[in-house]
Amino acid sequence: MTVGPGTTAPGVPVAVERSSARSLARSDPGGLRSRISSALYLVALAAATFIFIFPLVWLVSASLKSRSTVYNMELFADPLQFQNYLRVFEIAPVGSWLYNSVIVSLLAAGTVTISSALVAFAFAYFRFPFRGPLFGLVLASMMLPGAVTMIPNFLIWNGLGQLNTLTPLWAGNLFASAFYIFLLRQFFLGLPRELFEAARVDGASYPRMWWSIAMPLTRAALIVVFVFELKASWTDIMKPLIFLRDTALFTLPLGLKTLVDRFNQTAGGQGEFQYVMAASVVITVPMIVVFFLAQRYFVEGIATTGSKG
Amino acid sequence: MTASGASVSSRRRWRAPTGETRWAFIFLLPWIFGFVVFTAGPMIYSLYISFTEYNVIRPPEFVGLENYQALTTDRRIPLALTNTAFYAALNVPLTMIISLFLAMMLLRVGRAAGFFRTAFYLPTVTPAVAVGTLFLLLLSGNGLLNQALGMIGIRGPIWLADPAYVKQGIVIMSLWTLGSTVIIYFAALRNVPVELYEAARIDGANAWQQFRNITVPFISGALFFTLIVNTIASLQIFAEVFTMFFGLTQSGPAQSSALFYVIYLFQRAFEDLDLGYASAMAWLLFLIILAITAIQIRFSRRFVYYEGGR
Repeated sequence: MTVGPGTTAPGVPVAVERSSARSLARSDPGGLRSRISSALYLVALAAATFIFIFPLVWLVSASLKSRSTVYNMELFADPLQFQNYLRVFEIAPVGSWLYNSVIVSLLAAGTVTISSALVAFAFAYFRFPFRGPLFGLVLASMMLPGAVTMIPNFLIWNGLGQLNTLTPLWAGNLFASAFYIFLLRQFFLGLPRELFEAARVDGASYPRMWWSIAMPLTRAALIVVFVFELKASWTDIMKPLIFLRDTALFTLPLGLKTLVDRFNQTAGGQGEFQYVMAASVVITVPMIVVFFLAQRYFVEGIATTGSKG
Repeated sequence: MTASGASVSSRRRWRAPTGETRWAFIFLLPWIFGFVVFTAGPMIYSLYISFTEYNVIRPPEFVGLENYQALTTDRRIPLALTNTAFYAALNVPLTMIISLFLAMMLLRVGRAAGFFRTAFYLPTVTPAVAVGTLFLLLLSGNGLLNQALGMIGIRGPIWLADPAYVKQGIVIMSLWTLGSTVIIYFAALRNVPVELYEAARIDGANAWQQFRNITVPFISGALFFTLIVNTIASLQIFAEVFTMFFGLTQSGPAQSSALFYVIYLFQRAFEDLDLGYASAMAWLLFLIILAITAIQIRFSRRFVYYEGGR
């Protein structure tokens, strides 16, 4: 959130020149008209940026307000209540929720990346009977809405005595996921086959070809899968709602939901919404950090799913 | 790419599996196990319990078509369906139009596009529960949105309580997280050859004609993909709305205008423990999604253009 709308200003002249120099097709390249139209686009985009970023800025500001000012829409209510962040860790086991969320999302992302890569490699490289129909099943299961398998999955983990544990939140990811298999297969298919033929001549085993040749060469795609699943798992509330009962076992999304229930005045809660806002910042900031660290992979991954889907 | 010995022998059926085939299935094992245990098995089992009465404590009791008959008489089913359809019908086209608009503007500003793209995507990494919480304040009576509307002389409705405006408020919240659609369109637009526009301009085509006859056909694959994905996601909206209106404390609109299909399904399954009925609901949703997707695919054959033909 260091990127307020104000930071666009220095970029403006550079961008105008660039786009006008590049656009051979314009009627007056580099001329006044294209400069004006580029400037108008920049103004419009800056306005849109303001709309997208301001709620996040405002979220942070609301988390630093007092009980009486949190419903008021001013950006800065002095003095800033930094103690809200300490209080929110006292009034609820936010520390445990944070810990649970970190463990669950790292396990979910790690297991699904490895297992999906293993399966995707088989579909990309090996020749075996029924490969086509089996891959068809992978594609078909991508279309299946979660609502259909949700209830039986609850019954499975219940039957295994795993209700009210963190296991059901990630262990299903040990068995690969159709969408990631599809995505990684595309990347494995892009590797030259000769690489593996040569390795085989040199006596490399199949697992070795996968782990030592294919995996390092598709590092970028593996990071895409990892960060996608990290985000999916970090933000998911459905599974925690279904599987968890003890407050101490909650992950952050479910914990935050209990805080909303406790403090939302309009639904009969006790007010003090600034604590809910502080908890919202606690759940959001890690994702924003991950996003800035892995921005390239997020953007690449989404653009790829759009063009290959 | 020479055919290796392994693949030649695997073409003959009744031989012991060769090294390659054996290893292939070892690699596939996680998925095969997962597919049988967590996808195919559950589908069949869910179909079975949709014909039973089941509350986890007592074993399922076969009741035939009773649950499906109950679907037709439960007045909350048409309510949840129309709420969901209304939301999807508003959210999907608006998401696509606004995203396309933003992506086309990004195309005109050269290097600065990277910065704006980041700004548009940032809200989408915000966890759904935090989005719901944030919009509880932004959409409140004198919240940020109504203050902004007030500045241009519009008196905003009570988004969170007025049954006539709850769903529109939820659409506004969803539009805040449309960043991934912008990224998909932007990537597709960058692949449209500039020379085509140049040639069209020489032939005297105006901006609309260029958009209609060059841009749209070239990005039709991306348009189609986002149409399907956004429709399926919209029909299953849950987390943000559940955070705002449901759970232990339920606010006014929860009972009526904000009751979406998956939320009602969740209530029946895990609050009422009526797993048979909820499974029947899940199958109805599955059939609806299947039908809508099939219609969209059929419709798209007319206008989706694949480079090089398919």
